[in-house]
Amino acid sequence: MDIGPLSNLKNLNQERIVLIVAVLIFVTASVALPGFLSAPNLIAIVRSISVLGILALGMSVVIIGRGIDLSMVAIMAMSVAWYLQLLGNGVPDHTALLLVLAGVLAIGLLNGFLVAYADVPAIFVTLASGSFVFGYVRSQLISSDAVPVPEGHWVALLGGLRFASIPVEVYLFALLSGAMFLFLRYTKWGRYVYYAGDNPIAARNIGIPVRPMLVLRYVLAALISFVAGLLTAASLHSINTRVVNSNLLYDIVLVAVIGGIGLSGGKGGVRNVLVGAALIGIMLNAMTIIDIPLLYQNLIKSTILLFAIIVDGVLNPRDEQTAQQGDI
Amino acid sequence: MTFREQLQAWRYNLVPDHIIGEILTKRWTDNAIPFIALVIVVASFGSAIPGFFKLYSLQESTRQLGEFSLVVTGVTVVMLGGGIDLAVGSIFALSAFSAVSMVFIFETPVWLAFAASMATGATFGAINGYLIGFLRLRAFITTLVTFIIGRALYDILVVKFGSKIQLSMVSSDTWDFIGDGTVLGLSVPVLSAILLAIVTHIALTRSRPGWHVLAVGGSRRSAHNAGIRVRLTVFMTYVFSGLCAAAAGFLIATRLSGAGPGTGHGLEILALTAAVVGGNSLGGGRGSVVKGMMGAVIVLVMTNGLIRLGYGTGTNQMVLGILLAVAVTIDIRWLKNRHKVLNEVYVAPVYLRMGEAPSAVPGSGTPYSLNSHLSSAAHIGLGEVEGPEDVILDRDDHLYCGTRHGEIVRFFAPDYTRSEVFAHIGGFPLGLAFDRDGNLITCVGAMGLYQIAPDRTVTRLSAETRRSLTSIVDDARLRDPNDLDIAPDGKVYFTDSTKRYDAHEWALDSIENRATGRLLVYDPADGSTKTLLDGYRYTNGVTMAHDNKSLFFCESWACRIHRYWLEGPKAGTAECVIRDMPGYPDNINRASDGTYWMAWLGMRTPSFDLSLRHPAMRKRMARRLPQDDWLFPNINTGGVVKFNDNGEILQTMGDLTGLAHPMVTSMREHKGELFIGGILNNRIGRFTVDGADKTWTSNDAYWGAAK
Repeated sequence: MDIGPLSNLKNLNQERIVLIVAVLIFVTASVALPGFLSAPNLIAIVRSISVLGILALGMSVVIIGRGIDLSMVAIMAMSVAWYLQLLGNGVPDHTALLLVLAGVLAIGLLNGFLVAYADVPAIFVTLASGSFVFGYVRSQLISSDAVPVPEGHWVALLGGLRFASIPVEVYLFALLSGAMFLFLRYTKWGRYVYYAGDNPIAARNIGIPVRPMLVLRYVLAALISFVAGLLTAASLHSINTRVVNSNLLYDIVLVAVIGGIGLSGGKGGVRNVLVGAALIGIMLNAMTIIDIPLLYQNLIKSTILLFAIIVDGVLNPRDEQTAQQGDI
Repeated sequence: MTFREQLQAWRYNLVPDHIIGEILTKRWTDNAIPFIALVIVVASFGSAIPGFFKLYSLQESTRQLGEFSLVVTGVTVVMLGGGIDLAVGSIFALSAFSAVSMVFIFETPVWLAFAASMATGATFGAINGYLIGFLRLRAFITTLVTFIIGRALYDILVVKFGSKIQLSMVSSDTWDFIGDGTVLGLSVPVLSAILLAIVTHIALTRSRPGWHVLAVGGSRRSAHNAGIRVRLTVFMTYVFSGLCAAAAGFLIATRLSGAGPGTGHGLEILALTAAVVGGNSLGGGRGSVVKGMMGAVIVLVMTNGLIRLGYGTGTNQMVLGILLAVAVTIDIRWLKNRHKVLNEVYVAPVYLRMGEAPSAVPGSGTPYSLNSHLSSAAHIGLGEVEGPEDVILDRDDHLYCGTRHGEIVRFFAPDYTRSEVFAHIGGFPLGLAFDRDGNLITCVGAMGLYQIAPDRTVTRLSAETRRSLTSIVDDARLRDPNDLDIAPDGKVYFTDSTKRYDAHEWALDSIENRATGRLLVYDPADGSTKTLLDGYRYTNGVTMAHDNKSLFFCESWACRIHRYWLEGPKAGTAECVIRDMPGYPDNINRASDGTYWMAWLGMRTPSFDLSLRHPAMRKRMARRLPQDDWLFPNINTGGVVKFNDNGEILQTMGDLTGLAHPMVTSMREHKGELFIGGILNNRIGRFTVDGADKTWTSNDAYWGAAK
């Protein structure tokens, strides 16, 4: 009996499928698309997914803990916009940075508090807080949609930084991935994220501080969003707050979910983010080279996200026993 | 009475505390917060914006409101079914585009454009419904994704065909009428929104599919176990929502005669916020169309008002974010803590100063003085019956009693060692009586008045009376039917002990001591039930006087016996014949010598009498202490008391050992013996009465000798 292929099939989890698909697209694109395999293009791919990947790291920590953070893009864009506006208004750099960090922390804490202590479903909390952050900063704190980085500021210099002709955000993405990997894999609190995501009630019963940890995750996601925002501003020399209304948020969810981080929590890790980000990066780059208009790219991406969610729903069906009221 | 006590009496007897608790049990209290918010929003924006209430301005904003309400109604139904629909934003835009393109590009009639819109909505709704209902995906994330897909599709279509639509020369009167015209001063969107709201409301509250939606939203698993097709129901809610959004999309298409990139932008979060702000619960089961409409008005007035007041970009999102977060948090907290609040405030004790009672101490020389005669009673069904509140014997001397399992048990004459379940009713059968034809009529606690024919068929005679005008909680339902007796004309006189508590919560009723007991009559001729008297402290036993011109009934927590006149000059009125007894009276039945037997379920104690003068203390007690620690009537000692038509006490028998009959709730004389029941007892007692008529049975006394 030849059971080899069969057992191989069983080992095909989502992460491996996605990896194989990514490699296939990569190979096909390398052969079919001129200029795809060139070094500048490859660097462009890695660079384009760096910010997305960093955001996806933050999102995945929240998702592993059975939550979701829809306010990440708003925090990313608005915190940096506020920061740059403060700089533009002549506020000293450290004061501005401290103010913005305090604001980012406050939103992270608020998200976490409402989810953990008021038992409000994460999806509503973060939808509302995202809308609030955008609206508040846009209407009260900044004066136009796009805020430029002041000349000669370190954020602008950061954008131009290269090591071995690779932009700095790639290193930062690698660094953050490594740190997140170590946190999730080797620290006590990192392991707790999985327990709390897998079965929050059981985790609480064995004495894990589930609620403070929930708060921690949302704070972490908010801080990561801020870092991603700084990187965006660094490479573009300005931040455009209209990005909040774009599909970036869904791209983040797409990276996390397509990499195999189940929305029901407790599954996945940094590797899944990397695989998901690779697939999306290669695909977006290929689509751009083929010259598919942005509108169609959106359609394609969202359709892929739908399929990813369907697959996720079939692979990780919702557990009615541990599902929360209003967890929709 | 001291001044302090007088103050207490006024405070607790005149201030209707109990109303707060009763109002909180009503589902419409959920509407209070959104309604207040609605009033505040409309009032403040109405006064802040000049011309807000002008006809033209209202016309325009109500058109928009009509369209929005349609969408919100759809979202509300989805939420009631336990889901959420964010895709309405793109369904709205896509169906608007379908309508516009049908009319302006393909130059079809308007009805076909409408059909195209609805088909778009139904298709998208069906996709959502299939994914969420049948594949059981997460509603929020799934509809979010279908929303982006729809939006991407819409953006592509608008870019491709937008200019074609704008250049079209087609014009249609029907189209323009729907977009601009009014019927009776109301625009088409408003009319259709009202119509849809009414139809949906009726469907949700009064039709099977609507109940299924609410059941699925309330508890998926229970709905599944009840045989409801959960997945199909969920599927249908999304299709409905898709259709609603499509109708709204069609209307905006007629109003704007075009579809631009901004159509339906941000609608999904607006609709979601409206549904939640109106007070529809996340997770389903609780909510209504009306709540959705209130939320729609609040959200739309607020966002439009902010724009018209000239606040800058982003203000709307900020306000929406706050609104959504606050509404969701309130909803979650309220749902979690509502029953706690209710428990805190529901028990609202009143002040009562009981009269000084003659002593019941053994050897005190009063007619009430207790003894241990009943301890010598023989037992029937020891350990077999649980809770024989009332006992009765038929013409063949078989013995019947109710049990707490909802059964009527029959013990066979002559030795009553064999028994069978005569009938199963459910509830807790309390008072029993035989009518002229040998039907057993019983008051079933928490259910109503039931009849068991000799062939054991169970029929419900009455479960409700007319609702009183001032009631908050519907008092038509009989909460605690307790005892009954039957007049020669077949009318059944019975008591309903309390309107405030269920039968098993009688201890709480005694602590509250509010007078809500009733005397009612059921007329078998026309099947009607009427309330004769209201406002007694736990009406309990009832018996017809020997001459059938009046009846006696007791008021347990006030330790009084009243006589209600059926004929004669005092017909229709009640008078108190025995007051201030030392025990709490229960059932009353006829005795063979022309007098009456009355059961005492317990004895008054100085401590509980004192607590009745301290309502605040009783309220604190019910709120803070576990039930085991409550002070309530002493039910460890009861007895049987004989009294005559004049209200004179002739004899008292008890069981001071507390072993056989500590608490007595009924006694029935039959051929010289007294059969004794107790609602918390595990046996029926059989006690030979000295000097009683050995041939007397109640059946003969009521209905004449057997034929």
